[in-house]
Amino acid sequence: MDRNRLQHQAASMRRSLFDQGYLDEPFIQLEELQDDASPNFVQEIVTLFYTDSARLIQNIEHALNSRPIDFDKLDDYMHQFKGSSSSIGAKMVTNECTVFREYCSAENAEGCIRSFQQVKQDYAILRRKLEVYLQMVRQAAVSQKA
Amino acid sequence: MGLKLQQSQHQHQQQHHSVAVKVNEQTGTKRGYTFIQANRAWLPKFLLLWVMVMAFLSTWIYKKMDADIKVRRKEVLSSMCDERARMLQDQFSVSVNHVHALAILISTFHYYKNPSAIDQETFAEYTARTAFERPLLSGVAYAERVVHSERGQFERQHGWTIKTMQREPSPVRDEYAPVILSQETVSYIESLDMMSGEEDRENILRARATGKAVLTSPFRLLGSHHLGVVLTFPVYKSKLPTRPTVEERIEATAGYLGGAFDVESLVENLLGQLAGKQAILVNVYDITNSSDYLIMYGHQNQDGDLALLYESKLDFGDPFRKHTMICRYQQKAPTPWTALTTAFLFFVICLLVGYILYGAAIHIVKVEDDFHEMQELKVRAEAADVAKSQFLATVSHEIRTPMNGILGMLALLLDTDLSSTQRDYAQTAQVCGKALIALINEVLDRAKIEAGKLEMETVPFDLRSILDDVLSLFSEKSRNKGVELAVFVSDKVPEMVMGDPGRFRQIITNLVGNSVKFTERGHIFVKVHLAENTKPVVDAKVETCLNGGSDGGVPISDAHQFKTLSGYEAADERNSWDSFKHLVSYEESRYDASINMTVPGETSQSVTLMVSVEDTGIGIPLIAQDRVFMPFMQADSSTSRNYGGTGIGLSITKCLVELMGGHISFVSRPQVGSTFTFTADFGRCKKASFNDTKKSNTEDLPSSFRGLKAIVVDRKPVRAAVTRYHLKRLGILPEVSGSVMISASACGKNGSSCGSKIQPDIILVEKDLWLSGEDGGLSSRMLDWKQNGHTFKLPKMILLATNITNVELEKAKAAGFVDTVIMKPMRASMVAACLQQVLGIGNKKQVGKDAQNGSLRSLLCGKKILVVDDNMVNRRVAAGALKKFGAAVECAESGKVALKLLQIPHSFDACFMDIQMPEMDGFEATRQIRMMESQANEQMNGGGIDKGFARNGEWHVPILAMTADVIHATYDECLKCGMDGYVSKPFEEENLYQAVTKFFKV
Repeated sequence: MDRNRLQHQAASMRRSLFDQGYLDEPFIQLEELQDDASPNFVQEIVTLFYTDSARLIQNIEHALNSRPIDFDKLDDYMHQFKGSSSSIGAKMVTNECTVFREYCSAENAEGCIRSFQQVKQDYAILRRKLEVYLQMVRQAAVSQKA
Repeated sequence: MGLKLQQSQHQHQQQHHSVAVKVNEQTGTKRGYTFIQANRAWLPKFLLLWVMVMAFLSTWIYKKMDADIKVRRKEVLSSMCDERARMLQDQFSVSVNHVHALAILISTFHYYKNPSAIDQETFAEYTARTAFERPLLSGVAYAERVVHSERGQFERQHGWTIKTMQREPSPVRDEYAPVILSQETVSYIESLDMMSGEEDRENILRARATGKAVLTSPFRLLGSHHLGVVLTFPVYKSKLPTRPTVEERIEATAGYLGGAFDVESLVENLLGQLAGKQAILVNVYDITNSSDYLIMYGHQNQDGDLALLYESKLDFGDPFRKHTMICRYQQKAPTPWTALTTAFLFFVICLLVGYILYGAAIHIVKVEDDFHEMQELKVRAEAADVAKSQFLATVSHEIRTPMNGILGMLALLLDTDLSSTQRDYAQTAQVCGKALIALINEVLDRAKIEAGKLEMETVPFDLRSILDDVLSLFSEKSRNKGVELAVFVSDKVPEMVMGDPGRFRQIITNLVGNSVKFTERGHIFVKVHLAENTKPVVDAKVETCLNGGSDGGVPISDAHQFKTLSGYEAADERNSWDSFKHLVSYEESRYDASINMTVPGETSQSVTLMVSVEDTGIGIPLIAQDRVFMPFMQADSSTSRNYGGTGIGLSITKCLVELMGGHISFVSRPQVGSTFTFTADFGRCKKASFNDTKKSNTEDLPSSFRGLKAIVVDRKPVRAAVTRYHLKRLGILPEVSGSVMISASACGKNGSSCGSKIQPDIILVEKDLWLSGEDGGLSSRMLDWKQNGHTFKLPKMILLATNITNVELEKAKAAGFVDTVIMKPMRASMVAACLQQVLGIGNKKQVGKDAQNGSLRSLLCGKKILVVDDNMVNRRVAAGALKKFGAAVECAESGKVALKLLQIPHSFDACFMDIQMPEMDGFEATRQIRMMESQANEQMNGGGIDKGFARNGEWHVPILAMTADVIHATYDECLKCGMDGYVSKPFEEENLYQAVTKFFKV
């Protein structure tokens, strides 16, 4: 029963992640790629995403603080960040990244900064949610094994 | 959205500039005043100047006319005066001549005859009889020259003494001139010495000296009080030499003939003969003494026009005396009324004209002023409007950002461990926040539309899946209300259309949302078909049943019901079954005949869809119907109280529809319902892009149900058509039946191999039909079959329900009647999921996938693939996906590394290349790889290997681009630089499979 509850909880959590627009299709594909051969594929990718994005966010922050702002560089970073996010299906983050790049191409520093705040916020929320979710999944899996 | 916002902000600024520019332009044109406007300050001065000029002009006219009149008057006077003078002179000279003749007569008959032939008697008679010849002379008399020495003799001879004028005996003088002969009229002067009078004496002396007629100055004549002059003529007793001297003349003088001219009566008579004697006054003067004019005729102090005089010279034949005639008008010159009137009228007219012009100019100035003011106000109003929209857009955007934060944090909060109260609070806050965001989005949309900044995308999308999405959005609400929600898309509507899916979804969401809000019972029905299909159906009654009367045998128990989706009356009859079935049956025939049949119009580039959303809600009050599409207008204020909302939705919807090239209309009847219908233009998808994009945009409908047969048991044809539509999308061949019995018996017959045309795999039964209890023993029969384990495959029973209570569900399950329940609204994907569950072919999809997986696996297994991507995560994901299919994957994080790895010879079978990478992008890397390859190939060919020998012998590693955007231009670019194809990122199996099969032949 406990297992069921955990599974149910995880499922509803996942559902809400999709419903609220944090995640989209690519995440499902990631999950599909996870099989016995690579049981922790999603976890692995997500962790990779964390590291990568942490680096990128730092880079972007740095670039934003430097004067004059090198928009090309920003755009490059953001492109990478967007690529990563879209790969794991972080829909909301990806969208905000697009906005950021628009500001970037318009060389609108203020817009960039504002948008970047949003990116960070979205990213933080997603990260926290994903962590909770993956935790649940892991627990469910453990309890299943047990 | 965020992207667009940012754009819109940017454009706002531009707009702002353009507004400013516009203002400048307009003020610029405003400076282009008309002449009148430019000289407005001068207008009164112009008027004054005009009046002055006109006054001057009229004065001039007056003077001119007056002068003319005066000149004419003068001319008249002068001519009259001259005429009179001439006549007077003529008459006078005639008289003088006569006196002259008389003098000659006397000299002839008195002196040359001896004795004299003339005595007093003769003379008196002769003169009396010839008096008419001398009308001017009152009388003539002849005075003889008598010297003093002869006086005595003379007096004796005549018997009287010489008397003076005073009738006294004359004193002694040198000479006397006593009158001896006289006309009777002047007989009183006989014997008077003419030389005793001063005047006469001078006259006589002058006359005999000159030998000509001489005149006295005027004096009062004796015997009359008239003024007169005396004419004296000398009579000589001997003939004079031709040029006599004065002495000779005096010597020869015998006497003097005199006559008195009564000038006064003379002139009087003369003037009497002439016209206009009243008009002028005539004075005749003797002006011999220039300092003292002696009046001969007329009064010295007369009234009359003293201003104008005319003087005519008179010559009475006496060179010593000078006379003149002075004429003047009796009356003063009359006031020149004509001139005065003319001038005055001229002035008045000019004044009026001037005033009219002035008034017109003033009016023009005023109108232009008003116009400019209006223009300015207009510009300001427009600017204000733009500013408003701008403000709205900015503020909305600014609110959205923090709101997202709030919502996100709330979402996070909800994930934490909360007490139920806290959770409730947080949830309420979240709901409110969401509502606020929705409202802000609407306002933002509205502002954008007003600012004309809303641009429609043109991307291919699947209309049906969008409709399904929208329906699923409202499924919860409608289910709670017990309202049936359904969608139907005509088969003729292309699967993929080009347009703006987001906006289309927004329209549908708005309309359906409204409907859901205002509907408490009945149904909400979304229907999409081609606009050209909506020809009115005339012979609706001809067709009475669907599919050849398969429901013919069923008595329609609820005949009072309307033939709509739910049986409730709908506002617009067009959606009722009578017309709807034509659409369906037409498609049916087409569907049956040939799927590949070319539909007319398929070749055209665009397709016009007609979408109608029908509900059976409270409807729109008639009064409010004409302002339904106005922003912030709800049917009445109570609406917002009861149902919430801002009333902005429909106005946005209308704008969106118009942006899509269509128009929206509605039919609504209070308490019956509303039907909103709109048309919209979409582009047709080109086949090429169709295949590429199809899978990426739509959720896949499983194809595992293809070929299954189903029976839909429903007595409401519209609803049945909707069910059929969804089943068809899954590839299921549906039949519609009116009752469970018939369908069941069909199964039964089939079971006994009776050879009915279908062998149903599924039977879908409407809940209300099932509840009506007509299944009777059917369920038990079915149960029976099941338990007996018939050899043939039993059809699965599925219940269709809008809402079902747990009790009912339990009951149904317990009865074994149904295998599952499909909750409405139906959606293809949901139906598919249910069917998978029921039919146990849930894994079939998996199987299908596996098959594909298998083929992919067979393609990729053992292949060595290089993945080039600078993004760690992407790289890992791609590698993971490819590994899954058995490929050996190697990764490179940049184009340069890839180049190194791909140095010939290498062992890679394929390369997946990201396009956008720092330093060396995918295109460049590919170009270099291809260059390397062609060099290697040339060397090989140079090494003697035949060109056509084997393709395998040539180096050509397949390179596939990995890209997130699937724009055509990118694809072209890929091919141009030597890539073999591209796969979308992240990988999709279908897409990957398609791309990969080209190179890896199994």
